[in-house]
Amino acid sequence: MTRHTLDARYLLCPLPVIRTQNKMKDLSMGDLLMVTCTDPGAINDIPAWCRINGHKVIHTATVDKEITITIEASQNK
Amino acid sequence: MPGNPKAVALISGGLDSMLAAKVILEQGIHVEGINFFTGFCVEGHTHAIRKQDRMRAKRNNALWVAEQLGIKLHIIDVIDDYKDIVINPKHGYGAHLNPCLDCKGFMVKQAKLWMDEHRFDFIITGEVMGQRPMSQRKNTMPIVARESGANDRLLRPLCARLLAPTHPERMGWVNRDQLCNFSGRSRKPQMALAQHYGFKDYAQPAGGCCFLTNEHYASKLADLWQMRHNKEYELDDIMLLKVGRHLRPRPHFKLIIGREEGENNFLEGYRRQYTHFRTLSHQGPTALLDGTADSADIRLAAQLVARFSQGRKSRSVQVCVTEKNSTPQTLDVVPLSNNDIPAGWYI
Repeated sequence: MTRHTLDARYLLCPLPVIRTQNKMKDLSMGDLLMVTCTDPGAINDIPAWCRINGHKVIHTATVDKEITITIEASQNK
Repeated sequence: MPGNPKAVALISGGLDSMLAAKVILEQGIHVEGINFFTGFCVEGHTHAIRKQDRMRAKRNNALWVAEQLGIKLHIIDVIDDYKDIVINPKHGYGAHLNPCLDCKGFMVKQAKLWMDEHRFDFIITGEVMGQRPMSQRKNTMPIVARESGANDRLLRPLCARLLAPTHPERMGWVNRDQLCNFSGRSRKPQMALAQHYGFKDYAQPAGGCCFLTNEHYASKLADLWQMRHNKEYELDDIMLLKVGRHLRPRPHFKLIIGREEGENNFLEGYRRQYTHFRTLSHQGPTALLDGTADSADIRLAAQLVARFSQGRKSRSVQVCVTEKNSTPQTLDVVPLSNNDIPAGWYI
């Protein structure tokens, strides 16, 4: 299992989702990706993208307007 | 003939593309969605920057539609490839800077490339004959099919029975009798079909899904092109056109002034790329300066920024100015009055 990070701060929807989608293509099953964003919509959209693509959101947090979403990659990419 | 034909559906996030995909899903076809991000898309999040719009749903409608339909959605960044469509539309612009016919052809062409790469069999769109003045007319629909290269692999389920049978219909993959014959600008047939499928919550069209159809936005883009003496743009340019007041007090620079906290926060993200202003003595906006400015221009810009601060009626407002790659400096300026600001400065 490898940990990856993605800085999607100051990007507006749907760019955080697109960057997440593109980054996830490089991950292997079980790898973790922590995405940092500032668009409040990302807290809904990235989990929605994960649900329809079979990935698992394992943690979300919001601190000082920065949202972090940690995703575990599934085999279904 | 493939054993299990597969369709790629253009999903905008609106009702029509949702229904078109549903009509095909109901026939047992495997459908996946595709959504293109051009940079000009109107999304709830762009509105959500502003406090007055924060009650709007903060969701990406295309993702939401895909989830309702139970299909995968592929969101594709086409920002760079799309530039040529905006800059040089073969079929011209609509009422503003909206190249709708070229845009539709471009998107279907991109879908065709995706379809070929992923070995899908046909493309579906939510087009309805006669619904849009440029791209969805009986005489322009064949242009989209032809110029995109999709030809008869392009199926429009909501009006298919008004058009010649397409490849998936002729091959028997899709039952033509179960497709629709919607036409015109009325939304009633779509709403009835939505009710039939049990869709109660769907995005309502409100001025289109593209900023290029917006008069104010188009004015700002036209100004950008005129002042740069070319029609090029970068993503940051077109994102910033969506935010703040834009004033051009001199031909060689303009100011982008945040209208409230959400916009100020957004503009803060660009502070390293632009000369930027903040008021110190009073609450006020964050502002960016786009262009070149000498010391007199900087002072004028600071006076303008002060005008939009809480100190607008004060004798003096302290404004912090940070030019690119420089240390911040503080200016004490007299705010401009409304009478000092010609209407022509507002873009």
